[in-house]
Amino acid sequence: MSAPLLEVKDLRVEFPTRRGTLVAVDGASLAIAPGEILGVVGESGAGKSLTGMAIIGLIEPPGRIAAGEIRLESERIDGLPYEQMRRIRGRRIGAIFQDPLTSLNPLFTIGEQLTETILAHLEVTPAEALARALALLAEVGIPAPRARIGHYPHQFSGGMRQRVVIALALAAEPRLIIADEPTTALDVSIQAQIIALLKRLAREHGTAVMLITHDMGVIAETADRVAVMYAGRIAEIGPVRDVIHAPRHPYTAGLMGSIPKLGQGAGKKRGRLVQIEGAMPRLNAIPAGCAFNPRCPRRFERCLAERPELIAIGTTDAACWLYADGPR
Amino acid sequence: MLAFILRRLAQAGLVMLTVGLIAFSLFRFVGDPVLFMLGQEATPEDRTRLTLLLGLDQPFYVQYAGFVARALQGEFGISLRQVRPVSSMILERLPATLELALVAAVLALVAGIVMGVYTALRRNSWFSQALLALSLIGVSLPTFLIGILLILVFAVLLGWLPSFGRGETVDLGWWSTGFLTASGLKALILPSITLGLFQMTLIQRLVRTEMLEVLRTDYIKFARARGLSDRAVHFRHALKNTLVPVITITGLQLGAIIAFAIITETVFQWPGMGLLFIQSVQFADIPVMAAYLCLIALFFVVINLAVDLLYYAVDPRLRIDRAAAAH
Ligand SMILES: Nc1ncnc2c1ncn2[C@@H]1O[C@H](COP(=O)(O)OP(=O)(O)O)[C@@H](O)[C@H]1O
Ligand code: SF4
Ligand SMILES: [Mg+2]
Repeated sequence: MSAPLLEVKDLRVEFPTRRGTLVAVDGASLAIAPGEILGVVGESGAGKSLTGMAIIGLIEPPGRIAAGEIRLESERIDGLPYEQMRRIRGRRIGAIFQDPLTSLNPLFTIGEQLTETILAHLEVTPAEALARALALLAEVGIPAPRARIGHYPHQFSGGMRQRVVIALALAAEPRLIIADEPTTALDVSIQAQIIALLKRLAREHGTAVMLITHDMGVIAETADRVAVMYAGRIAEIGPVRDVIHAPRHPYTAGLMGSIPKLGQGAGKKRGRLVQIEGAMPRLNAIPAGCAFNPRCPRRFERCLAERPELIAIGTTDAACWLYADGPR
Repeated sequence: MLAFILRRLAQAGLVMLTVGLIAFSLFRFVGDPVLFMLGQEATPEDRTRLTLLLGLDQPFYVQYAGFVARALQGEFGISLRQVRPVSSMILERLPATLELALVAAVLALVAGIVMGVYTALRRNSWFSQALLALSLIGVSLPTFLIGILLILVFAVLLGWLPSFGRGETVDLGWWSTGFLTASGLKALILPSITLGLFQMTLIQRLVRTEMLEVLRTDYIKFARARGLSDRAVHFRHALKNTLVPVITITGLQLGAIIAFAIITETVFQWPGMGLLFIQSVQFADIPVMAAYLCLIALFFVVINLAVDLLYYAVDPRLRIDRAAAAH
């Protein structure tokens, strides 16, 4: 892997509560190369969204980044003052959220929202910003941009709104986009279109994407590498093909149970994450040792006492004691 | 849009007719107007003549129609107490009340919004806490008490401001204004604070709650993620969404301010319509009371209409006719 665009090291996100501190992201490390699409999968509550929010510096108090570091092009960006972080958000790291119906302000036209974003980051005149807004709308596939630019969000369908959201995320040409479940709230028939659009734009603009999703099928088709999260930790991270074909971590192996083989009927039948027996532990009841141990078919004594860190096994890294003495 | 306006206008007309009916019935409940006007000594012939002259032998609905027709021309008859046309008495008092209500409303709106936004953005500062505590007092104290306390402190103890009246006014044809003289402006301060305080605290709390709600929405989160400045996020995006529901409440409160001016005008001996109304009640001066009732109702209806239109202008989701079918 070339010099990373984004590097997250030992990230820890905490929520202080009256009954003790909840650790929602616990020592997560990952890296994204320029132009790369990194898929992030995991059950709901695994800490995927919080990891994304931590990267763009929008963890809501009382939540906070308690440890670790986040580097963008080698420059440390966690804990930057608001104004400096603001200039990174949108300009160098774009974001796309889950629900396009609620991501846009209902009282402003999409043109207003686009131009204000462009003007916030680029040294252009309002007329140039407008021209750029029109070009962006055309690029994300909004028909008749000139007629549509003065319309309000409620005048667009869900899929069209998510295209507008993508245009907004691209408005200032960021090198990285964090897309948090960008299709979960959409009609199944539209999901594939949006993913295809995102993939095409990322390739054309050389933008790296951190694609958070539940959908292993989407990851298989779209991502270059994939990170599997479990209980606030990275269980496994590596190239998509390797992780799908030869999952190392028992949790990943469980997840891959239902994925259709790559290449055959891709895009038709999507495998959702399979149910593994049991449930992910609550944040206040994460077991000692390996967080997956209550559900793991292969656990042994060490798993109950010591916490496994990521261990390199060929191209993949997995946090599992099975590989403590090299790959098996 | 046109259908919307027409529907609202029809509703407004219906409301006015109903209020007119109530005002009209006042005359009948309070006794025989003929007796009232001629006194005990009048001969039966005189009474019959006056009854015919006033059209009191006509059926109820004809009389009511006549009342409405005259009311539409601003005719509410002669004051029983002052023996002058009611309309000119009211017109004389109107500027005092409207100027007071205007100042009170602007004060309530501006201070309420500023304080509401401040307490929402600086949720945990001690100053926000203090403002909230103060506003709680503001809502719970009765108006007259606030007025009397203000008079006690600023008029009696400190002697800074007058305790009653409008000060000097300038006549601009049919409108007499207190805005153009120093004493007129000074006289406005205490009564307008008294009148607007309740609405100010109401608006402050409403804006605060609404703003906190809006700040939690996805589109605000997304606005931040787009890298907009704090100022743009708070005062462009969040504030506009906050003000949509605030407009309605504020509009309705403006009507309430005009109506509740009665109490403030009494405390400060403010020569407005409210004071006139109170004096008329004491003398059972029905024509004045009826006219006042209709005028206040008219204010409410007009304000409501304006609020609806404003709401419509601010919130594009209501402009359904323009919505190109969502595709
Ligand atoms: N404001 C908060 N206060 C307390 N816990 C939170 C808060 N936000 C998120 N969490 C917890 O953090 C964990 C991870 O959340 P999230 O990153 O949204 O998961 P994912 O996106 O993987 O579904 C969840 O268990 C969630 O309950
Ligand atoms: S460390 Fe142990 S419990 Fe955890 S996944 Fe590996 S084998 Fe299972
Ligand atoms: Mg999530």
